[in-house]
Amino acid sequence: MQLKEETNHVMIQSKPESFSTRVAKDFRRNSTIYLMLLPVVAFYAVFHYGPLYGLQIAFKNFSAGLGIWNSPWVGFQHFSDFFNGFFFERVVSNTIILGAYDLIFVFPASIVLALMLNEVRHRIFKRTVQSITYIPHFISVVVVVGMLVDFLSVDGLINHIITYFGGKPISFMRLPEWFRTIYTSSAIWQGIGWGSIIYLAAISNIDPSLYEAAKVDGAGRWKQMLQITLPGILPTVIILLILRIGSFMALQDEKILIMYNPVIYETADVIGTYVYRKGILEASYSYSAAVGMFNSLINFMLLIGANYLSKRFTDTKLW
Amino acid sequence: MRTSKSISEVLFDSANVILLCLLSIVTLYPFLYVLFASISTPAEFVQHRGILLWPKGFSLDSYRMVFENPNIIRSYMNTIFYVVVGTTLNILMTALGAYGLSRKNVMWKSTIMMLIVMTMFFDGGLIPKYLLVKNMGLIDTYWALIIPSAMTTWNLIIMRTAFQGVPDALEESARIDGASDWTILFRIIIPLSLPVIAVMVLFYGVWHWNKWFDALIYLRDRDLFPLQLILREILIQNDTSSMMTSVGGGDRMPVGETIKYATIMVATLPILFLYPFLQKYFVKGVMIGAIKE
Repeated sequence: MQLKEETNHVMIQSKPESFSTRVAKDFRRNSTIYLMLLPVVAFYAVFHYGPLYGLQIAFKNFSAGLGIWNSPWVGFQHFSDFFNGFFFERVVSNTIILGAYDLIFVFPASIVLALMLNEVRHRIFKRTVQSITYIPHFISVVVVVGMLVDFLSVDGLINHIITYFGGKPISFMRLPEWFRTIYTSSAIWQGIGWGSIIYLAAISNIDPSLYEAAKVDGAGRWKQMLQITLPGILPTVIILLILRIGSFMALQDEKILIMYNPVIYETADVIGTYVYRKGILEASYSYSAAVGMFNSLINFMLLIGANYLSKRFTDTKLW
Repeated sequence: MRTSKSISEVLFDSANVILLCLLSIVTLYPFLYVLFASISTPAEFVQHRGILLWPKGFSLDSYRMVFENPNIIRSYMNTIFYVVVGTTLNILMTALGAYGLSRKNVMWKSTIMMLIVMTMFFDGGLIPKYLLVKNMGLIDTYWALIIPSAMTTWNLIIMRTAFQGVPDALEESARIDGASDWTILFRIIIPLSLPVIAVMVLFYGVWHWNKWFDALIYLRDRDLFPLQLILREILIQNDTSSMMTSVGGGDRMPVGETIKYATIMVATLPILFLYPFLQKYFVKGVMIGAIKE
């Protein structure tokens, strides 16, 4: 206590100060800092909290002439239009399926890579593999999808390989049944290396004496991996898993948007792309704001739920 | 230290190495293919079938055509503008925020920080943000791609963590010498945090370089388009017609093919070229980001 008071060069008196005195004092001492924070606070107020204010149009019939505030209220009409509409089932189930694929296939991929890299004893080989697998993370989604479209076209690279082995060419980008596979496997390709960095960092923090002890007990490499390395990175895995679940419904909409075409909407159209088409292209602002809000709400609830479960069953939590 | 390895261990190691090699090939080959295709002679390239292990002939015609194309040049310049101006603003804003939120004895800092971090978990979504930008009159201006992207929360957290790591003693002795917060930030904290500033420049720079969705929704005027939007026309909508104003009838098809690859190269080269130098910084950034609070 005594020490703390000393660092606050102004505070010597022992009586507790009133809130307003503290505010006044703080403002006098830190006015420059508040001046610095002003643009940052303004930015967040306008561009992050501003849209939250604008979200009320989900419950209104927004008209540009009247503005957000004066547009008439319509309650939950846009929500019920969406729930009862033709697209509801399709976009919601596509979003859930792609989100699940992401959790089941993309999320563990980086963990597996980190475990594999950790077992490599040859440093230069390890470094090289790492450097190579990071690259796709820095390539724009336009280029990634551009390459996909090209390699997967009917006379593209993949089909040449297929026909070489006697198969029939497949029109990958125009067949709804291929979309999920392509989306998910390319997501692994894009993110596996970059995602592994954080797990490798976690692995390097594991106490080496644990491995020594395991070796003495006769554990082989495989056993050590399962019983020391994996438990060692579990807190990191859980934190990232919670975050991932919290963005379960927030797929890479931008990527889907350039990947898909009307022929494959059946499997490719998700909530995010639907919001874009309805809102930006067709200017149904209120309706698509409602659809978007539905999406964010589910996301937020998933995040809270995942964090709660993790707190309950493990010691790890986000907050 | 070569003790006898058991058979299972040898198997384990070889399977591991083989899988990692396969992964590296799958990752790298698409880029090599694009590179080989882009420098192939268009006519020879179109005739080949299957995997390319080496360029077919050699020609830089596709690159010449890419660089003669006014759409590409214009959008390239625009992208450079977005990267330079955007990143400068990003660094300034992030540094100001990180400084204020990393100082001790700032009464409201945890409240502000909490309000900022909360925005990572919910936002108004696409439509309210679009309407906001529209109402601010930013549509079809350069600023639409710069002001709404003035900073990101994740990077703010990274820079704040780094600023917290600067020893307090330096700040205190500067204060005794009468330094203001501005002096402390720009003369002490930033010079001592250069590696992190470098990470931030790279993160933000690559972000601006690769961004296309904001441009898609906020820009109608082709003169303002960034490179990625033009790329999308060429690569995905397969519209290379605007590229081949200088090619005569019969040659159009083959050149159209290689132009796509040359365009990918041109759009990606700056990053691929700098990549070996930047990589360690990128990794550092992830590491700092991983240590929260």
